[in-house]
This record gives sequence, structure tokens and C-alpha cells, in this order.
Amino acid sequence: MTAAQSIEPVDPSSLPNRAAAMRADGWRLMQICCTTVGPNFEILYSFANQLALKNLRATLPREGARLPSITGSYLCAFLYENEIHDLFGVAFDGLAIDFGGSLLKTRVKNPFAANATPA
Amino acid sequence: MSAPTQTKPRTIVPFGPQHPVLPEPIHLDLVLEDEKVVDAIPTIGFVHRGLEKLCEKHDFHKMTQVAERVCGICSFMHGMGYCQAIETVMGIEVPARALFLRTFWAELSRVHSHLLWLGLIADAFGFESLFMHSWRVREKILDIIEETSGGRVIFGSCKIGGIRRDVADDILRRIRRELDPIETEFRDIASVFDQDPTAKRRLRGLGALSREDAHALGAVGPTARGSGIDFDARKLGYAAYPQLEFEPVVETAGDCQARCSVRIREIHQSFDLLRQAIDKMPAGAIEVPVKGNPNGEYMSRLEQPRGEVGYYVKGDGKKNLGRFRVRTPTFANIPALIHMLKGCEFADVPVIVLTIDPCISCAER
Repeated sequence: MTAAQSIEPVDPSSLPNRAAAMRADGWRLMQICCTTVGPNFEILYSFANQLALKNLRATLPREGARLPSITGSYLCAFLYENEIHDLFGVAFDGLAIDFGGSLLKTRVKNPFAANATPA
Repeated sequence: MSAPTQTKPRTIVPFGPQHPVLPEPIHLDLVLEDEKVVDAIPTIGFVHRGLEKLCEKHDFHKMTQVAERVCGICSFMHGMGYCQAIETVMGIEVPARALFLRTFWAELSRVHSHLLWLGLIADAFGFESLFMHSWRVREKILDIIEETSGGRVIFGSCKIGGIRRDVADDILRRIRRELDPIETEFRDIASVFDQDPTAKRRLRGLGALSREDAHALGAVGPTARGSGIDFDARKLGYAAYPQLEFEPVVETAGDCQARCSVRIREIHQSFDLLRQAIDKMPAGAIEVPVKGNPNGEYMSRLEQPRGEVGYYVKGDGKKNLGRFRVRTPTFANIPALIHMLKGCEFADVPVIVLTIDPCISCAER
């Protein structure tokens, strides 16, 4: 099964505008996921429209990682953004519902960040 | 002279993580005005296991077993989704018989999961005998799963490149005959959910979610289809679904009754898909050898009982993956749940929470 899907690199600062355009075109936010790749984080935003899947990828340095929130266009992004904050330590500016690091009650702070120390 | 504005006092009532209606822990801070819920603030993470992180330590073949343990209800489909993602990255052509048997087990999983949910929702609105009858029928499905896979919770049947065990054709034909009386028994139970005034009173008009809100909030599965969204990830064409005839089950009312009706109709649909899969089951191999390591990335999607699930895998040619990410349907349905709860009566919260069929094990992978 190889349903059509694309990955497009985007500038992190353009994310709110891109998300607004996706919303206006009828795309549903499917998920947001963070991956550690060397000194960087790759944040993958997946949007679905029926069978089609489009991914936007923002790459940013791990050190002091910050991204603009897309909750202005997709309120449901608050869960994904809080999860990425709690697991990887990425900060989101303008997050509509900010749990302040208490969404996931993990024993280790930012356990998915590459430098996390196992409990 | 205008009357002074009166603000109703607000009370915050903690709901969960331990609650009779919750088999697994999720916490909601319910903000109440009298008995009416005006807001709900969720907290999850009580049992977060960090399974995704294990991909950095385990061989990508062994991660199939980890994926299966994301959840005890839809375990087979988690393994299947993970295998699909790896197979796509590695360009593996899975034999047709393996795809049909994957579909067979996936639909059995859907039937037993929906029957489990029907029992739980009946228990939640106080209809205990209906709960017992739902689970009695479910037990027969579990017996079929046990006979064909060897397991009742973790099947261990899926592997990268195919499946681990075949099912003899005479056993499949016998199972096909057994499906008819099981569906007849289920039809009797389903009619109670559809027609009994007690059930209707607790479900109809409750926890309404419009089509627009379901789309905006990213709802998936029966939660979305109960609000009129005609998306079913099985239409993506994975496994044997392109060879089977079916259409997404959609209801438009958007309330608890609609979500219940979607699941009831999907059970009948799964019985039909099981019959089709057995009738069209091709002969041949059940697996192909897998050589090399995954090098690339892919987001695999499939339709679990609770809705669309996504598996993102990224490998760089090593035996360990760089990233394994699971976006589960319960996680996607939490924003919709919060929306449904606003404006409901406090006593209706357990029923509304249950209608998204929350699986916290999935969400806390």
C-alpha cells in the first residue's frame, strides 16, 4: 500500500500562515510529530483530505528550539504541541491551551530529547 | 434601573483518573455551573510508557512485537500498521494470502472491540444485562481469534513481509458458517440499543458534535462518521480492502446515539467483510523473505475500531529505526470530546466520555 503522500520543507516562521491556508483549503490536521536528527529537530505536520496526505516539515536546531503554534488555525493542535513540548522540550509561541509542561506526567523531563537521562 | 447581573458560582469537579466508567486513567477537571459542564480540562500521561523511544534500541523486526503491545484491544492492527509502514519503506510485496488473512484478523478485531464498547456503554447507562449479553457474543469472536492466531489479546500473527501462521481453508469455511448464528445473536442485542426507550433516553441528543466541528477538531473514526464525515481509512486501499466491497458507515445526528449506531452498523459490515475475505481468500505463500534494513520514511494509515491511526517510521539503513511514531485515534478524539462535554449535564459525562471509545493505553503509547 503506497497511498500518495508528500513532504514539503517549510520555514518555521511561515507555519501559522501555511496552516491557515491548509485549513481554508479543507485539510484536516492529522498529526504533528517531532524527530531528533543529529543537532536538529524535525517537526512533521501531517494534513489529510480524504485519502490524500500532505506533510510540512520544519527543521530547527535542538538548542533552544522554539516554533510558532498553529492553534490559531487548528485548535486541536494544542494536544500535539503540548506533547512535543513535554517529550522533546520544544517551546511553542502562542499556544492556545498551554499545559506548561504538565500534560504528560513523565518521571524524566523531556524524555525523548536525545540528552535525556534514563530514570 | 437594571437588575444586578448575577454570575453563577463555578465548581471544579475532578473526574478520573480513577472512575468506575474508566478502565484506564484519564483525568478531566470539569468546570460546572450548577449541574452543567461549562468546560473540561484534560490531563493524560498517568501511564505513559515511551514505547516509541524503544525503536532506538530494538531491531526493526522486534518492534513489531512492541507495536502490538501499544494496546490490548486493537493489538493486531498496531502490528499490522507498523509492518505496512516498514514494508512500504523497503518496497516489500506482501503475498495476497497474507493480506487477506491480515484483513480477516483486522475485522475480527473490529467486531470484538465494538462489542466490548457496546457492553461498556450499556454498563455506563445502567443496563447491566445488555452489557453481559454484548460480552457473551464477543466471547465467541475471541474464541475464533484464539483458534486462528493462538492468542486472545496479543495475536503475534503479523510480521514484516507477511504473517507468521496460516489458517487452513477448512477451518476458514467452518468459521464462515459460524458467523451467521453469531450475527443473528448480535442482531437481537443491537435492536435493544436502537429501540429500547431506556437506551434512547440516555443517548439521543447527547454530546452533539457537528460535522464542521468534527472536521475542525480532527475527529476520526466512529466519532467523525457519527457526525456525517464519510472518511474510512480502509478506503486507502491497504491489505485486501481493494478487493472487498464496502462503503463507510455514516450517521448525521452527531450525538451519542449516532456514534453508537455507527459501531452497530460497522459490526454488521465487518461480518460481511469477513465473509467476503473468506470467500475470496487466495492460495499461496504467507510471507516473503526480508533483506536489508529500512532506509527512508513513510506515514502509514489504517482504520482501527476507534478510527484512523497513523504510523510514522524513519530509518537510515541501520537495524534500528530513527523514529517510530504512533498517532492513535483516542489522542485525535480528545479535543472533540472536550467540545462535546461543554453544555452537558454532569450526570451525562461518563456516557459522553465513553462514546469516543477512549483507549488510554493507545494514547499513552
